[in-house]
Amino acid sequence: MLLWQTSQTINFAQGEFVMLPAFFVLAAMKFGGLSFPLAMLVGLAVALLVLGLLFKRLVVDPIIRHGVLPLVISTIALAILLKEGVKEFYAADAQPFPAAWATTNLEIAGAAISVQSLVIMAVALVTVGLLQYFLAGTATGRRMQATAQNPALARVLGIPVKRMILYTFLINAALVALASFLVSPIYLAKFSNGETLGLVAFIAAIVGGFNQVKGAIVGGVLLGVIDNFVAAYLSAQYRAAIPLFLLIAVILFRPQGLLGRVEERTV
Amino acid sequence: MMKKLAILVAAVALIAAPFGLKPYGIYLLSLWAVMTIAAIGLNLTLGYAGQISLAQGSFVGIGAYIAALLTTQGWPLGLAFAAAIVLCFAIGWLLGYPALRVAHHYLAFVTLSFATLVFLVLRNEEWLTKGVYGISGIPRPTLAGWSTKAPLDFYFFCLLILALVAAAAGWMIRSPWGRAFTALRENPIRASSLGVDTRRYTLMAFAIGSALGGIAGVLYAPLVQFIEPTAFALGLSLNLLLMVIVGGAGRFFGPFLGAAVSVLLPEWLRFSEGLYLMLYAVFVMLLLAFCPSGLLGLGARARKSWKPSSKSAN
Amino acid sequence: MRSFVSVVLALFAVGAAAQQTVNMPIVIELSGAGAVSGTNFRDGAVLAIDEINAKGGILGRKIVAPQSDTQSNPGISRAQVQKAIDSDPYVILGPVFSGSVKVNMVLAQQAEVPQITGAEAAEITQMGNPYIFRTSFGQQMSMPKIANYIRDGLKAKTVAVLWVNNDFGKGGRDTFTKEMAARGIKVVADVPTESGQVDFAADVVKLKGANADAIFVYTNEEESARFLREARKQGVTKPLIGETTLLGQKVIDMAGDAANGARGHVGLSADAPVPAVLAWKQKFLKRFGYVPDHNGIKGYTGVYAVKYATGKIGKFDRKLLAKTLHGLTITPKQEPGILMETTWDAHGDIDRVSFLAEVVDGKQKIVQTLPKLGK
Repeated sequence: MLLWQTSQTINFAQGEFVMLPAFFVLAAMKFGGLSFPLAMLVGLAVALLVLGLLFKRLVVDPIIRHGVLPLVISTIALAILLKEGVKEFYAADAQPFPAAWATTNLEIAGAAISVQSLVIMAVALVTVGLLQYFLAGTATGRRMQATAQNPALARVLGIPVKRMILYTFLINAALVALASFLVSPIYLAKFSNGETLGLVAFIAAIVGGFNQVKGAIVGGVLLGVIDNFVAAYLSAQYRAAIPLFLLIAVILFRPQGLLGRVEERTV
Repeated sequence: MMKKLAILVAAVALIAAPFGLKPYGIYLLSLWAVMTIAAIGLNLTLGYAGQISLAQGSFVGIGAYIAALLTTQGWPLGLAFAAAIVLCFAIGWLLGYPALRVAHHYLAFVTLSFATLVFLVLRNEEWLTKGVYGISGIPRPTLAGWSTKAPLDFYFFCLLILALVAAAAGWMIRSPWGRAFTALRENPIRASSLGVDTRRYTLMAFAIGSALGGIAGVLYAPLVQFIEPTAFALGLSLNLLLMVIVGGAGRFFGPFLGAAVSVLLPEWLRFSEGLYLMLYAVFVMLLLAFCPSGLLGLGARARKSWKPSSKSAN
Repeated sequence: MRSFVSVVLALFAVGAAAQQTVNMPIVIELSGAGAVSGTNFRDGAVLAIDEINAKGGILGRKIVAPQSDTQSNPGISRAQVQKAIDSDPYVILGPVFSGSVKVNMVLAQQAEVPQITGAEAAEITQMGNPYIFRTSFGQQMSMPKIANYIRDGLKAKTVAVLWVNNDFGKGGRDTFTKEMAARGIKVVADVPTESGQVDFAADVVKLKGANADAIFVYTNEEESARFLREARKQGVTKPLIGETTLLGQKVIDMAGDAANGARGHVGLSADAPVPAVLAWKQKFLKRFGYVPDHNGIKGYTGVYAVKYATGKIGKFDRKLLAKTLHGLTITPKQEPGILMETTWDAHGDIDRVSFLAEVVDGKQKIVQTLPKLGK
């Protein structure tokens, strides 16, 4: 499983952000009577609006001027709000989420491989490729990176900083929506899923390097492999601890991440 | 002068409060006292020294398990206090080391990892902690012939410990130590250039805050009389963090107010059913957006804006 | 919304008949990890209470049932039970979580208030508390049944266990392992999983590697469904055996096709081939708009058991009620609301018929009805 974190904002509600779009889709199908593909589009649009635009305007903008710490705490509160909101207004129990593709297995050389995993991997790779191309290969993408690394300098260079930051939030919203649609058929849509997902996303991002898309992906893959390896061959009881040890080790000894470059910015 | 009077009134109110309340009300008041102690500890770490910690609940857990394990074996609770203070101080000191290297959200994640780890150990090391089954039948202490078995007596016992902790914390904040903590939060570079040993004080802020968490835990175990690991999972740490923020981080009476809001709020907002956590979350976010110094900060601001206008009215 | 209506109704009832009421507080998991089970239990109890009140109440007194949420947290459940006890209750209904019950059953015992719980952990009725009563099988009753099935029905020599690492799962796993040892069946893989876990890939790999004759799955609802999906994905062919939860309609709905073929023992089921249960299910669906699970039956029958026993005593006496319930058998003929013939033993444990079931085409199909243990 891969989850991404490109925006430079610290968001403790990221897991809830992944949980939520699946419910937008379910709500659109249940109350709007829309078909699944149409509902997915609606879900994506709502995600962009709520998790991108509104999140930035209503939560980040008013608080970031007080510093990073209040924002961290505010997103913790936001996570509670989203979780409780889904539980109260949609459902407390897990919901099956339709898959956009076949759920059959392919028999390849005797091993069963599910189509689902293949689709997820394919979509993930394509998305990563596109994102990488966008950030490094287009003018807007490079401007966004410049903004993230040094807003003041970017402004001097005539980059519309505000718009670039908004783009970052929108891309983040689109990515969480995509991740949501990919994982929900397997994990089921449940209000409390965000707790598990958010942690994984963050560890992946930190281990790989906060300022690098590539890093987050390497982090994600590494984490997935280690997690499964530990659960299968070492102690399943302490499974949850291993990624955390990895996290602490990386934070202490290589805070820029495994692939990250050293930033001229204190974190 | 006014302040001293206010404290006196509050103290009298706290002593008078449980009379006329049923055991449930007294239980809530006791819980408030326990949570306030833990929040005072976190306030030292977060509010005065400026180090975020998502592991305060774990220290409450460590304290609670020490108390449960010792007192169910017949040892006195006093020993549990001593053991919890020493152990939590030591672990808190060690946990402070990452804070020397990283800050903010990185530190949040290190402490979060620690909180998860403590939960896993409490759950998995069954030989020691009885794992998921928890420990039941934790006795309430008897002090020099005074049995605290009844809810009212135990409340006064909690209140007594709270008063001692508050007095110690108050003294410390006024001492050179407290001023060093604040200097650390405001401007670490300047603090070190002025000769403050930032290393030592950062570790100290963590260690003392953690020890207070341990004290709260030692009280928590005989209050609830049953403990199990999930009570000390991340949720409690987050809850304590919100208490400190809501009350007013870095303000002495912040934790008192924050713990009151957190413990009593579900009771006040009963009419809203499941919505109360959402209301709480929205409230926290609004508070952070408009007044990050918490409810006490809000009060101070209101007083300030009220004073000039009252003068002009005169 | 539903709960809001019932609270308003309850308040109304307080005002209307302050003198003529009997207080039966519901202390239950309405939020947190136990929200699904708790809500089912609560709604089942509310359904029974409204029916009884519509017919004039118990011995002419209307039931008042204030609700409080334990948030699935034992500490809070203790506070809420304390609060319930302060209001001088006749009985306390709930909670469902074994951990919570273990905290607060002591309080109810001290106050001599009978407590009708939905919890299943074995040790609850083994602490010598004369005021605790189950509404479903404890694990020490259900595990022997499943063990017999694995030995006689499947003729398995080895078995793998996947369990959720909380007090429910651990208690079940410990009891199950003991029963397996008693029958000479070897447990070749012992896989703990986390509550709320979403990714079961590694666990399934481990189970496949163990190559046992059967796989016993003992987790909560959502985890069961996720596991079933992952097992199907990885092409697990060995029989998947469960106890009540794995075969619940909710799990089947969530797991989709992947649930087909799962089988096992069902202690209590909203899908039991008993006309009274099926009629009850329809009634529940109509009132609350969702299909109940066995926790709904627990709440519903629990209230009716109190009603019947109280009617038998002829007055409201908590101590006498507890005494009467011990060793009591209630048949549907005597009290239709009990749905199935039920016996409480001296510990507060329950005995009733139970079922062997299999999931066929997305529906729980009862294969065999197992008689009461006491017969």
